[in-house]
Amino acid sequence: MDWITKNLPYLMAGISVGGQYALIAIGYTMVYGILRLINFAHGDIFMVAGLIMVYAVTVMPMPLAILLVIVATVALGFLVERAAYKPLRSAPRMSVMISAIGVSYLLQNLALYITGGLSQQYPAIPWLSDTVTILGATTKRVTLVTPVLTVVLVVVLVLLIKYTKIGMAMRAASRDFETSQLMGIKINSVISMTFVIGSFLAAIGSMLYFTNYTGVTPTAGAMPGLKAFVAAVFGGIGSIPGAVIGAFIIGICENIIKGLGWTTFSDAFTFALLIVILIAKPTGLFGEKAIDKV
Amino acid sequence: MKKRILSVLLAAAMLSTLLAGCEKKPEASADSTAAADGDVVRIGVFEPASGDNGAGGKQETLGIQYANYVTPTVEIGGKEYTVQLDIVDNESSNDKAPTAAATLVSNGVSVVLGSYGSGVSIAGSDTFKEAGIPVIGVTCTNPQITEGNTHYFRICFLDPFQGTVLANFAKDNFSAQKAYVLTKLGDDYSTGLGYYFTEAFEALGGEVVSDTFQEGNSDFTSYITSAKNEGADVFFAPSSTEVAALLVEQAASQGLEIPLLAGDTWDSNVILNAAEGKNVDIYVSTFYQEGGNPEFDAGIKEWINSDSTAKANNGGDDTVSGLTVMGYDAYYVALEALKAAGSTDPAAVNEALWDVTYTGVSGDISFNEIGDANRDAAYIKHANTETAAWDFVAEQSVAE
Amino acid sequence: MKKRTKMIWNIGLIAALLGLLFLLEQVVPSSSMLFMVLKKGAIYALVAVSMNLLNGFTGLFSLGQAGFMLLGAYTYAILTIPAESRASVYQYFDGGIVQFSIPVPLALIAGGLVAAVFAYLIGLPVLRLKSDYLAIATLGFAEIIRAVFQWDKLGPLTNGSNLLRSFPTFQSVLYPFLVAGICIGLIVLLINSTYGRAFKAIRDDEIAAEAMGINLAHHKRLAFVISSFFAGISGGLLAMYQTTIQASMFKSAMTYEILLIVVIGGIGSITGSCIGSFLFIACSEWWLRFLDNENLYIGDFHLTLLRPGFRKVVFSIIIMVIVLFYRKGIMGDREFSVEAVRRFFLKRFKKKQTAEGGASNE
Repeated sequence: MDWITKNLPYLMAGISVGGQYALIAIGYTMVYGILRLINFAHGDIFMVAGLIMVYAVTVMPMPLAILLVIVATVALGFLVERAAYKPLRSAPRMSVMISAIGVSYLLQNLALYITGGLSQQYPAIPWLSDTVTILGATTKRVTLVTPVLTVVLVVVLVLLIKYTKIGMAMRAASRDFETSQLMGIKINSVISMTFVIGSFLAAIGSMLYFTNYTGVTPTAGAMPGLKAFVAAVFGGIGSIPGAVIGAFIIGICENIIKGLGWTTFSDAFTFALLIVILIAKPTGLFGEKAIDKV
Repeated sequence: MKKRILSVLLAAAMLSTLLAGCEKKPEASADSTAAADGDVVRIGVFEPASGDNGAGGKQETLGIQYANYVTPTVEIGGKEYTVQLDIVDNESSNDKAPTAAATLVSNGVSVVLGSYGSGVSIAGSDTFKEAGIPVIGVTCTNPQITEGNTHYFRICFLDPFQGTVLANFAKDNFSAQKAYVLTKLGDDYSTGLGYYFTEAFEALGGEVVSDTFQEGNSDFTSYITSAKNEGADVFFAPSSTEVAALLVEQAASQGLEIPLLAGDTWDSNVILNAAEGKNVDIYVSTFYQEGGNPEFDAGIKEWINSDSTAKANNGGDDTVSGLTVMGYDAYYVALEALKAAGSTDPAAVNEALWDVTYTGVSGDISFNEIGDANRDAAYIKHANTETAAWDFVAEQSVAE
Repeated sequence: MKKRTKMIWNIGLIAALLGLLFLLEQVVPSSSMLFMVLKKGAIYALVAVSMNLLNGFTGLFSLGQAGFMLLGAYTYAILTIPAESRASVYQYFDGGIVQFSIPVPLALIAGGLVAAVFAYLIGLPVLRLKSDYLAIATLGFAEIIRAVFQWDKLGPLTNGSNLLRSFPTFQSVLYPFLVAGICIGLIVLLINSTYGRAFKAIRDDEIAAEAMGINLAHHKRLAFVISSFFAGISGGLLAMYQTTIQASMFKSAMTYEILLIVVIGGIGSITGSCIGSFLFIACSEWWLRFLDNENLYIGDFHLTLLRPGFRKVVFSIIIMVIVLFYRKGIMGDREFSVEAVRRFFLKRFKKKQTAEGGASNE
């Protein structure tokens, strides 16, 4: 019992942060699945969602602010795709990736300018921010809510992709971009939809993440973003359940490492894991086999 | 083609907002040159305005700006000079510091104040050294800054002193046997203060468990859990205010019952705001306790309240931070040096600084043979979570 | 133009450039921002060219440059800090374990070699990966190297996560120009050799290159190791320029900056990378700084738009515009040379002539 009380907090923190990575990782994995683009700006969209909340809550009640955050983040994701990626559709893939780095740079600098470089205190969302005690360990309720909400959202998403028309179009596009175009799929709306879903999940993820870790800084999205991407690769890029499982594994491992006192290497471990999986099984845990992705 | 046009339009829209900003610029500079007529002496302000230490740097700059507002001119060699502040942002980053310092050098400043954060101070130091410009450190507490340098001075106490004060305090007030020390990798202030605290605490017979975190880390729950599991009596976390806010928040939600101890960086309303209404016990060592000089307090509060930018830079209210006071004092030390030098020549100012004595808001200031301030007292404050203000606890000094 | 004359021209140009720099140094006060920009620009030009060798000429998308610079910078610093300063630099580690120092040029080369050795070891597994996967794996390696160098168990060697300082630095702007110039010259020679042609063949079509008898693994590894060697040297130079170094400086943001320089200059153009580097550094550190200058007087007039950080917003918008609308960068994949300039003017001249000729015919 004593052992549980002592070590449960690490595990809880791991599961909760894993859930938050998972919500970001889905955005990466879906975009990569279709466009073969590492959307480096995704982590920053997540950060911007946090900032919108900080400012929104000063002028409107919380439920409205939550709604605004979701709508604005989705709009931002859509806009970024239209402005920065769509014009480069026919360009080499490296150009698009550089454009993504540029957008990330721009969003970070805009945030830096607007916040004046100061860390912004994320507002407490009622109920989610309350403190609860389980098995002798104290934590915020959001820690418990995150994994549940993540799993629910993922199940909904998987059903959506499996059974709706747009989901079918997405699957087709990620299987073969050119052929699906020839088959009459409106590729631009499929891509936009991908970005909308990704941004929606990033907005939810940002609410959960920042409720736990309440400082929003211009670079707050960079590390979670990178780790979520690693999670996506780990689980097999293009595969949604893979990304989610990868994210949970990374979140939990990271916190176990911290608990063991190897804090210097908590980030490095994530990347080491990535390299090992890339070399041993380049398609990731659940990636599709025999495709010329790698 | 339509896409192309759309994209061009977007870019044009972006650029036009920029140009709108740029067009206003000439008016502003005309404004400031009109204010700075005649003989001008330039004082460089080398402080972070963004990055990890942005909040602290801004509060320190605020003190300098207020001092400049109170005393905008100085008499040097029988002539009245207008003081112009050259403020440059070193971005709390050691690799941006040399270029930021070079900007000040090329602007032709006579003396430089700063920086908040020991790492950037060390990183910028050589640039000033080459140019022969003296620097007055405001709250950079790491010993390496002035060591072996004849151009770097400072008006604050040092980490070995501060670490010892805090170790004594932990031992005396909480009879602490075990301390958990959390420092940030790659931050000379944090590592240094953690090191000296550990040294002093172990010399007192205590035990220390130390841990580090990476830049950009925002998840401190594991560290708090570790501190609990280790059975530590105090949690010592010398770090930037940004980290402090996260740490306080997470400590409260995890029910950390032991006191949180920190150095001068935590003397900020950011911490007060984070702690307000929460069950946390925070003690910091600092340079000044509000109420130490009521006249000064009233003056600066009025100034902060009258200026929205200043208020935003101070974190949105008018709590006077020890950092602001130190910035204020540093400005006057610089003026004293300029007066004593009788010229705006950096070399003369550097020479004059050794003998400058000044009684500031934070106490008497004079320099020893290394260029460090002769200071032997630090204030310990406790964060009152109900009123969101600092309560004075003790004035601590160390018996040599 | 004959090869001989071309070479004479190019050498003459370089000599003229160095002479100009020397003159500038005599005339302009040394505190001017111009020299800061020139020094840092030269260093970044070298690392940008080394990245271009990989990304532009061999088609290997690597994002590990910051990691290799870190290796070079640390090797240089550890080997050159004078013995008498070690006690104060390694104050938490009893002066460290390295108690000798070697001459500066040797230390720079050692920095390059250490980076190259690490690149060789890293390259063995990761060079089998392609495009984005290679990029993300090298980025990961850079992060791992950064973490290892911050480890306090290695403190006696690396001073933990603390600053390294007191190593020899350069004063004259000629120094980084000479070192970077020699290195870039070597890279140009390499690119024009059979190896360089093999690299380009790999970039253009791997399968075809392999069919032509090019050993893919060997050549990729060679390009990776050489690029890292020069990144290591530029890391050493950067250490000299900054006078202090710390592992936490070499973040992935640094690699992104270098990548942007390569893109702005033109992927696959050596001179483009050099020009891009100077422009990038000058814009980010110097020319745009006025945008940060908020009006600090308590007057009645306040600028709402100009305040610290605005410089970076403008700068990133400029970058986005370049990335979106001038995808080829300044030089595309062409090179700036006397020959190219001559051809350019010849073409103009001929056009004009034909136009005039046409007019007189009517």
